[in-house]
Amino acid sequence: MSPQHLELLKGTLDLMVLQTLQAMGPLHGYGVARRIEQISHDAILLNQGTIYASLVRLQQRGLIRSAWGTSDSNRRAKFYSITPRGSRRLASASQNWEQLAAILERFFAIQKEVLP
Amino acid sequence: MSDAPRVLLSRLRAFFQKERLDDEFSEELASHIELLAAENEKAGMTPEEARRVARMRIGGREALREVHSETQGLPILEHLQRDFRYTLRSLRRDPGFTSVSLIILALAIGANVAVFSVVNTLLLRPLPFPNANELVWIAPPPSGCGLSCATYSADAYEEFRDQSRAYQDVTGYEAFTTADNMRVMGRGEPEPATAIEVIGNFFQVLGVQPLMGRVFEPDESRGRHPVVLLTYAYWQRQFGGDPDIVGKGIDLSGKPLVSESPSTNARPAVTVVGVLPATFDFGAVFSPGARVDLFTPLDLNQERDWGNIVTLIARLKPGITLAQALDDAKRVAPDIYFNVKYPDTRGNYKDSLIPVSLKDYVIGKLRRSLIALWCAVAAILLIAAVNLSNLLLARTSTRTKEFALRSALGASRTRIVGQLLMESLTLSAGGALLGLALAATLIAWLRRQGSLALPLLDDLRIDLQALGWTALIALFTATVFGLLPGFRVTSGNLQEALKDSGPGAGISRQHERVRAALVVAEVTLACVLLVTAGLLLRSFAKVLQVDLGFRPDGAASIQIDYDDSAPTADASVAKRMAAFQQILAHVSAIPGVQAAGISDFLPLGPNREWDSPLPEGRSIDPKELPNPLVYVVTPGFVRAMGIRLRGRDFNWEDGPHSERVVLINASAARVYWPNEDPVGKILVRDKERDRVIGVVEDVREENVETGTGSQIYYPVTQQGPVSAQLVVRTTLPPAVLGPSVLHALRELNPNQPAAQFRPIRTLVDRAVSPRRFFMLLVAAFAALGLLLATLGIYSVISYSVTQRTPEIGIRMALGASVGQVRSLVLARTVRLACTGMVLGALLSLALSNVIASLLFGMSPWDAFAYLGTALALLMVALAAGYIPARRASRIDPIRALKAE
Repeated sequence: MSPQHLELLKGTLDLMVLQTLQAMGPLHGYGVARRIEQISHDAILLNQGTIYASLVRLQQRGLIRSAWGTSDSNRRAKFYSITPRGSRRLASASQNWEQLAAILERFFAIQKEVLP
Repeated sequence: MSDAPRVLLSRLRAFFQKERLDDEFSEELASHIELLAAENEKAGMTPEEARRVARMRIGGREALREVHSETQGLPILEHLQRDFRYTLRSLRRDPGFTSVSLIILALAIGANVAVFSVVNTLLLRPLPFPNANELVWIAPPPSGCGLSCATYSADAYEEFRDQSRAYQDVTGYEAFTTADNMRVMGRGEPEPATAIEVIGNFFQVLGVQPLMGRVFEPDESRGRHPVVLLTYAYWQRQFGGDPDIVGKGIDLSGKPLVSESPSTNARPAVTVVGVLPATFDFGAVFSPGARVDLFTPLDLNQERDWGNIVTLIARLKPGITLAQALDDAKRVAPDIYFNVKYPDTRGNYKDSLIPVSLKDYVIGKLRRSLIALWCAVAAILLIAAVNLSNLLLARTSTRTKEFALRSALGASRTRIVGQLLMESLTLSAGGALLGLALAATLIAWLRRQGSLALPLLDDLRIDLQALGWTALIALFTATVFGLLPGFRVTSGNLQEALKDSGPGAGISRQHERVRAALVVAEVTLACVLLVTAGLLLRSFAKVLQVDLGFRPDGAASIQIDYDDSAPTADASVAKRMAAFQQILAHVSAIPGVQAAGISDFLPLGPNREWDSPLPEGRSIDPKELPNPLVYVVTPGFVRAMGIRLRGRDFNWEDGPHSERVVLINASAARVYWPNEDPVGKILVRDKERDRVIGVVEDVREENVETGTGSQIYYPVTQQGPVSAQLVVRTTLPPAVLGPSVLHALRELNPNQPAAQFRPIRTLVDRAVSPRRFFMLLVAAFAALGLLLATLGIYSVISYSVTQRTPEIGIRMALGASVGQVRSLVLARTVRLACTGMVLGALLSLALSNVIASLLFGMSPWDAFAYLGTALALLMVALAAGYIPARRASRIDPIRALKAE
């Protein structure tokens, strides 16, 4: 992997997938992977297969559901969509994430002040 | 629902739809690649290039699939499933090993489950009554005289009930009921039935609810309201389960054991007030091996002058302990009268009102035997586990290469041990299933042993607890015999094993040592079992040789019906005398009958005592003065029973108005007139003076194993018997004689019920049945242990011969003779067996205190038992070693060396 690619924290990929589905509506696995790459400006370059483990995990928790359908290019594909439970979880998780990020930011700020 | 259970459920679902989901995922990946490839093409790649890049971007598909299925399903279950399939395959490849192990396991687990069920029913489970732990049995401290000393007078019962504070209520039953004491006019001919008289609150205290109708009212008594309760079995048998039986009158007559002479012959029909549930079995709890058909209320007023007749059973108040109840009993005992009419009988029961838990009373002496039995089956289980461990070790050592290969291919030690555990678990699960079937058969058989005098046998069943126990021991066995080989395999250097699988490899040597140790352990345990079984066997033989005081063989008895109702006591005696004389004359006239006589009680059954006669002109310390057991007999009874007599027997001239005469037994003679001839001496009882006309030998009364105290015999012409057991001594088999005896009785008395003509031997058999039962079981377990140990010896020796084929080949090439090779192998066998035997003997000696408590008339160091065990073990060891020894001596040196 090239150095500019970010290491993902545990659980962040699941959150990204959830947010993508929330924003974009039903998508197939490829679509989800592609969106994540696009939104991160290719900073997160997935081994696209890994998206499926995340999709399975989310599905097991009842946060997303899947159904077979047809893609724009008339190919059979499995489409994933967020469930109401998933939306609720996403809302609380993103709030949590923002708070955590804000706190971390403050911590980094302290560090800068202390250093000469 | 939170995440964890959702995930688990979803994983479980996925586990069962694995194939479909895996296919779907492959399809999904394919569509992913196509979509990606299409995009790449749009970006200007050639179709081939587009696909190649797409495949690269998605990553290794096999790895993806694996991750996917692990995330999606239950990887542990999948591994287990795979191991299980593999196990089944490899077990099927080795049918010899598999079937031998299954048989061993089935026998060991079956024996364990069956014994557990017995122990659980008898020892662990509470008695089949609600809050059974509150129930207590009140009796004097243990003494030699059984029920006769465990009963109280009607007055004592009432005083104790009213003065005690520890109990919710106190009840009891009439203890001196003989079997078939009633006759029920059923379909045409009178049929015998056994009725027990219980105090009105009996069923309330025990907490028994009727199946139909009601139980007795506390103040009910037969005199005023002739009522009866039927047991479930009797209701089914006699009345075909008639659903409208409650309220019907039945023709029930017979001689209640203790009653005033009835003035009329016609008895009113007795009303059935209820049917007891099938779960209530009086005999099972209070009188093992006996059948009870009916219950009638006991009229205490009628019993008041009859001495000690009721047992005491009470229900403790909630929260009251046994110790508190004991204190309470000690407090009230000095104030209790034997008979309130006689003030000097106050305090008669001092120190003889001791409450013990009813359970302890019922199980009593069986506890030790049961625990011993439990230990014996536990030993069997251990032997079986060790044996399997051994077999599995032999198997694994031939599979060393397989494991080494798997390990080299990346299987972790845990996985290999897991695989071995899976094998042992599968085997023991199979063995447990077979064992359960075996145990169920055994238990069904045991339940049918009606003549076995063990309590609660009817309750015997394989219940959830027994199933749980099965699972537990199966798991235990599997772990024991699976783990050891597992560790042995993985502790060795597998790479070494892979390189060098020659017979001289170090791992094999190590294996052999471990296996030898295991065999020694087996032999040790088997030795302990054999010694115990031998001791029990010899004890049983001793019990059978006990001088019972009567000759059971060639004698049989039948309960007879007679009518001595008359307006006056004298007329009653005359009527009875005439009836008995006639019966005896008729029965004696039957060809094949050598002697006949009648007694109201037979040995080894219920018994009773009256009071304490005093020898005239001698003073005896009141503490030493016995309460002899009492028999009211006809002339000829002593001879019919085969009791030796010195002096003369009663005769019909000893009438109601001639001198009162008695026979006493040797023990009584020793107490009353030590070192003197009692014949002709006088015993004084109240105002009666009884002349001793003879001395008979002591008859075993309570059971075969404990001696008897004083006994006294009165003639029926001078005392009232309470029932009549006709005893016939004959040269014919009882089955042949029975019909003619019954016919003779019927001719004299059409009311004579079709009671059973039982050989007296059955009384003895019943009395020794618990000992026989335990002896047989322990002997069976010992035989099983011996068999397993033999198998162990055989497998180890046989294996070592295989391993040492080259060595033996060399020896033979260097000139060792066939005999030398054989003795080499046999010597090794004997060494193993002897080591086990010495250890086993030491262990048995260490346990001798425990074993001694199970024995009768035997030292636990009995040389015969030890020598017999040693001989048996040595024989089977030699037999087990001989087959491999023969094989060893037939090794062709050339071929053996070539193979090397």
